[in-house]
Amino acid sequence: MTNVLDVRDLNVSFALHDSEVHAVRNLDFSLHAGETLAVVGESGSGKSQSFLAIMGLLARNGRATGSAKMGEVELVGMAPEKLDKYRGKDIAMIFQDPMTSLNPSLRVRTQLSEVLVKHQGYDEKKALKESIEMLERVGIPAPERRAAAYPHELSGGMRQRVMIAMALLCRPKILIADEPTTALDVTVQAQMLDLFKELTTDFGTALVMITHNLGVVAGLADRMMVMYGGRAVETGAVDELFYDPRHPYTLGLLSSTPNPESRAQRLNPISGLPPSLEHLPPGCSFNPRCAFRFERCFEERPPLAPYGAGERRKACFYEGELLPEERSA
Amino acid sequence: MSFVEPAVTAEIPLLKIENLKKTFSIPTSLFRRPLTLTALEDINFTVQKGETLGIVGESGCGKSTLGRCILQLIAPDEGKVLWLGQDLTELRSEEMRRKRQDLQIIFQDPLASLNPRMTVGEIIADPLKTLRPDVSRTERRARVIRMMEAVGLLPEMINRYPHEFSGGQAQRIGIARALITEPKLIVCDEPVSALDVSIQAQILNLLSELKDEFGLTLVFISHDLSVVRHVSDRILVLYLGRIAELATGEQLYTDPKHPYTQALLTAVPIPDPKKARERNIVALMGEIPSPINPPSGCRFRTRCRYAITKCAEVIPPLEEISTGRLVACHRWKEID
Repeated sequence: MTNVLDVRDLNVSFALHDSEVHAVRNLDFSLHAGETLAVVGESGSGKSQSFLAIMGLLARNGRATGSAKMGEVELVGMAPEKLDKYRGKDIAMIFQDPMTSLNPSLRVRTQLSEVLVKHQGYDEKKALKESIEMLERVGIPAPERRAAAYPHELSGGMRQRVMIAMALLCRPKILIADEPTTALDVTVQAQMLDLFKELTTDFGTALVMITHNLGVVAGLADRMMVMYGGRAVETGAVDELFYDPRHPYTLGLLSSTPNPESRAQRLNPISGLPPSLEHLPPGCSFNPRCAFRFERCFEERPPLAPYGAGERRKACFYEGELLPEERSA
Repeated sequence: MSFVEPAVTAEIPLLKIENLKKTFSIPTSLFRRPLTLTALEDINFTVQKGETLGIVGESGCGKSTLGRCILQLIAPDEGKVLWLGQDLTELRSEEMRRKRQDLQIIFQDPLASLNPRMTVGEIIADPLKTLRPDVSRTERRARVIRMMEAVGLLPEMINRYPHEFSGGQAQRIGIARALITEPKLIVCDEPVSALDVSIQAQILNLLSELKDEFGLTLVFISHDLSVVRHVSDRILVLYLGRIAELATGEQLYTDPKHPYTQALLTAVPIPDPKKARERNIVALMGEIPSPINPPSGCRFRTRCRYAITKCAEVIPPLEEISTGRLVACHRWKEID
């Protein structure tokens, strides 16, 4: 399987006035061509910062070290002018709130065709024609009219479609979507998820879906990476992690999620609170909330090690099966 | 609880909403007439003592406005809000204030709904101080501590300020504040939407424990159908300010009658990969129309695949199709 992105030992930290916060630590993963990888975690898990770092979009006080290679191209540490050759062309990113990513003072068509003029060297006319075709492709009715509109004249769902159209104009190998449906109504979210499925298949784009919603993951992704406290704690095929989670945090997330198909009497939440990145506990970061912890978990940090056959990995010392009934807490 | 509870009989439900209507006026320009946005219209339902009524719908359906109308935080234009038979819309503000002991609310953004200059103890005690001046200071403090324990906050946190708390803990403070006057009904307006999944589950469990412990009745407003299913006995589905369907949770999720409910249910992502792959999503076309200029007749017709000419001409009445089960659709019988 070819990889379109190889991330090795990626670290992201932010300088505060008198200290440093590590948002992402030792992140290692590969993205296969054409696959959909879901990156799952709660606020502060580092899921967004990892990909902002790869895109060279960290806040000013942020610093990334390590490696993120797109083929032979090293993205970490690349100068912004050089990055611009790849961003929007080979690797694109869309965000939760399209309104903050679109320029409010430019018509949709201007913003779209600019991408093609810049990256593909098209003339204005050809760029406009292709932009309108792409708007139609992402399901925007009356694309010529919508192309002439300003972003504020469009609904939330339409704006997100415009963002997707813009991201796909150059047929990137990698599309990173950071909570792209979180701000949308559930019926519109369903339309978007369908669209992602269709487009990634048609264009062969590898999709990274950053989300906290396990329902979205189940319907869309091939593989998933669960993050906690700035580290990946479990990775593998979606079915493996959903039906046989091997990290207590993955299990906790699954049993915290209400299923619309059945009305369980009680959810099984994870006790306690997510960690503060400034004060991570020694050993495994999840140990204060873990029902399966034992001595070793306080002394050493479990590495993200291969588990079973294939590509599955987990960062947990506990070797038994994780059944919700066994949980002591 | 010390006060005598009025007998609730089958004839007098705890809460009954009759023909409720609420419009907002949207100013356009200085010289033009303002536009009218109809947020709620023809709203009729009851809430029985001890139940959890879920209210679901997408943005702009009027669910939060409805919650605020129940508590008279917003005055409805027309209709009645009957609390044990007494119409709250007719009460003078002083009388309504006293009623607020019985009806409380929990908001979505826990930190934004807490005064940053007050300590946790002061925040939780505040409703009691205003609504029950007869309760002594010592008693008040004792009750605050009891409430903090009930919602899972350590009593030694009593002198801390809201910014020292995480979202989940802040929501616990909001719940303690709502509970301190020993209310009978609590309107929960998207109480877990701003919280992380693991914390969301903690708060949902807490609400159900407190409901049993204090004999509460809940009106639970949310856009998340999985969450609503989890907590509710009966569910009211709103679309653009009107009731589309009202049914028990079981009925609604296994046999939805209104085409909107059907579409809404198939759109909910299921956290189960095999089922998610098998599922045939009835994708709903388009987005919700503007409530300023809603479609004529049935408000859902512009997105409904079963719509016929009649749907554009006549507003479908809310029909009782079996005991307690309401549907507003001209064609519910045919589309089963």
